[in-house]
Amino acid sequence: MSESEPPAGETTAEANAEQSIRDRVWTVASASDIRLIAVVMLVIYAVFLFLGIVGGLDVNGLYSSLERVTFFAAVYALVVLALNLQWGYAGLFNIGIAGFMGIGLYSMHILTVQIGLAYPIGAVGAVLITSLFGAIVALPALRLRADYLAIVTLAFAEIIRSILGSQRFAEFTFAGFDIGFGGATGPSGTLPDPLKFLLYKDPYSLRPEPNWFGEMYFGLFDLFVIDDSTAEGMLYALVLIVFVGLFYFLLVRVGGSPFGRVLKAIREDETVANALGKDTRQFKIKVFALGSALMGLAAILWYTKRGGVNPTNFEPEVTFFIFVALIIGGAGSNTGSVIGGAVFGALLFRGPVFIERIINRQLEAEADPTTIFDAFNGVDPFIVYTTDNLSALRIVLLGVVLVVLIQRRPEGLLGNRKEIASGIDLEDRGGD
Amino acid sequence: MAEGMHRRSGAWLRESPLTAGFLVIAALFFLDLVRQLATGAVSPDTVATFLWSGIVFGMAIGLAGIGLAMTYSILQFANFAHGDLITAGAFAGWSSTFVIVGFGRIATETLILVGQPARISSDLGISVTTEPLAIVVGFLVSVLFTAALALGLDRVVFRPMRDQSGISLLIASVGVALALRHMIQFIYQPSTPSVVHDPEVPKQSIPVGSGSFTIDAHQITLVVVSLLLMIGVHVLLQYTKLGTAMRAMADNEDLAKITGISTERVVLYTWLIGGGLTGAAGYLLALQQGFLDLTLGWDLLLVIFAGVILGGIGSVYGAIAGGLTIGIVSQLSIVWLPAEFTTVAAFVIMIAVLLVRPNGIFGGVTSV
Repeated sequence: MSESEPPAGETTAEANAEQSIRDRVWTVASASDIRLIAVVMLVIYAVFLFLGIVGGLDVNGLYSSLERVTFFAAVYALVVLALNLQWGYAGLFNIGIAGFMGIGLYSMHILTVQIGLAYPIGAVGAVLITSLFGAIVALPALRLRADYLAIVTLAFAEIIRSILGSQRFAEFTFAGFDIGFGGATGPSGTLPDPLKFLLYKDPYSLRPEPNWFGEMYFGLFDLFVIDDSTAEGMLYALVLIVFVGLFYFLLVRVGGSPFGRVLKAIREDETVANALGKDTRQFKIKVFALGSALMGLAAILWYTKRGGVNPTNFEPEVTFFIFVALIIGGAGSNTGSVIGGAVFGALLFRGPVFIERIINRQLEAEADPTTIFDAFNGVDPFIVYTTDNLSALRIVLLGVVLVVLIQRRPEGLLGNRKEIASGIDLEDRGGD
Repeated sequence: MAEGMHRRSGAWLRESPLTAGFLVIAALFFLDLVRQLATGAVSPDTVATFLWSGIVFGMAIGLAGIGLAMTYSILQFANFAHGDLITAGAFAGWSSTFVIVGFGRIATETLILVGQPARISSDLGISVTTEPLAIVVGFLVSVLFTAALALGLDRVVFRPMRDQSGISLLIASVGVALALRHMIQFIYQPSTPSVVHDPEVPKQSIPVGSGSFTIDAHQITLVVVSLLLMIGVHVLLQYTKLGTAMRAMADNEDLAKITGISTERVVLYTWLIGGGLTGAAGYLLALQQGFLDLTLGWDLLLVIFAGVILGGIGSVYGAIAGGLTIGIVSQLSIVWLPAEFTTVAAFVIMIAVLLVRPNGIFGGVTSV
């Protein structure tokens, strides 16, 4: 995205020349954006490597921690990009993200594991189902104010979660198929991971044998003292990064298209967009469906690797995590979305768990303090109590981060990079 | 926010066919309930049980909704931290009740943590009849603590954001909700300690038809105290200068300022009164259900929103009526739906109301 100022003096050139210069600026800007993302990731890796070395992890442990960090950074970036399409571009305040992720993942499970479709076909089907639900939920979006839309989408997500977790729909027959949501513990059977089929002869046997490609791949990683499961995770992380790139590319294309310009016009002033003859209702439905579809796809990619199709994975907190990530990065900016997702997923979400594990390796208190009063008996008990409860504290931290950001820097870390609605920068009046 | 109910006119029925359709559906459900009662598909005592639990639940939702409606109408944002204020109030109040009852017998630290990690509620044998003083003190602590907490949060979080949009405030309140709930978890640990000793709670069986249904002293306490507090809010809004100022500010903030109303003072009292009522609701809910839960308030937040929206967002009377309606409807829905879908029924009604009549069934101020 080219929010960066074109160099002075070039703006006075002729229209065609200006066009090509803008293209060039665009290329440079987007290259610098990718460089920015790369730098952020390198800093995150450095932090985790440092912590890992201090914590005494072996080489494979270090690689493994980097692999986990990449995974979380990438999956969060995926969902944050999808939210950016709805909120950043079109200003639709959807806090039912968890519901759409749940619909995507459960549809995927039913289509592949329960009905037996191939993974890619199931994924396409699940994404279509999610987008259909997105379009249905968008109907109230046509007539509701932003805060009402927030409440409706949250209620929708909670309805979905109740239905997915209910005993009533644990098993039922639909169109001749015996399917089910599996109740409170979720349906049994994990999603087939296509990468496993790439690497193993019989991936879901007890001790899977690598096939010829697997032998080669794992052999390569053995040279770097990386064990097979970490190597497999790295391949998956790579696939996720490719998907982040695809999402990013799609959003940039959508943002630059006439469709995207109307979305931004709706965000800025819906009445004006309407007055210009745009049927804003249609645009809202479409962008809601598209964003929801991406959320569903992100959930599929997330839980194909992590397993565990379970209603507790779609609590409303998941939605708020995505919002924190997008606000960190800056709503409206795709690069910001990726960076926000990465910073959130790696540092805020994964970081505390990692630190907890490392400190627990170092500190072995005689008796674990079980109450907060025990914790005040000394420095060590306090640290142990704090680290034992880091999962709670990190969310306190998230809440504080969210409040501070929205108070002091609502435009996000990347500053004011909200994509402008017009094709050219209206602030720049040309000439020196 | 106050006069919402007086504004109605019969015209809206003709203006809005969707609302009429909504009423027809409601009437059909009522007729089906009568049919089921007549044919014996559902027994009168079952319906009476659902109705009573609906009234109890609805009074709690209505009481909890007043604070939410107040902040919505005066400060003009949906406060997502409201649910966790309920939880905070409940925990603070029950900590004090436990300390008073168990002082000298059990270590104070254990009492403050409501018996964590050991379960001591049966040793203490708390109920509204065995320990009335401790319950009253705990209730007051809930009210005061939550009022102070709400005001403190306003000073730190919301006051610096007065000029920002409702959505920014909403996002900030989500941050507050996350931080508050997990701070409570950090102190009390994730658990659901029981607070009352069930055998000590007086119960009365009331015969209905061939069966009967049970009401207990804690349910009656909840209903009576909620009713008194609601009457108090009514008196405050209608007959005091502060109440008039609050209504004026809810209607039109600029106009209120011009007439010399100190809006910051109104905001201060809004948080104090709204917060206090919220803490009261939290304490009574825990008393009635018999245990504390970290997600006590969060789980109810959307149901409270449903009540507030049903009554017309920003209207205090609407919040009470809406909460009562939502409580009764969600409990009665068990006649048709599995019990695990009671909240789903409440949410569906809320979404339907937002679609057909965004100003709520009972009107409400649309100054927002």
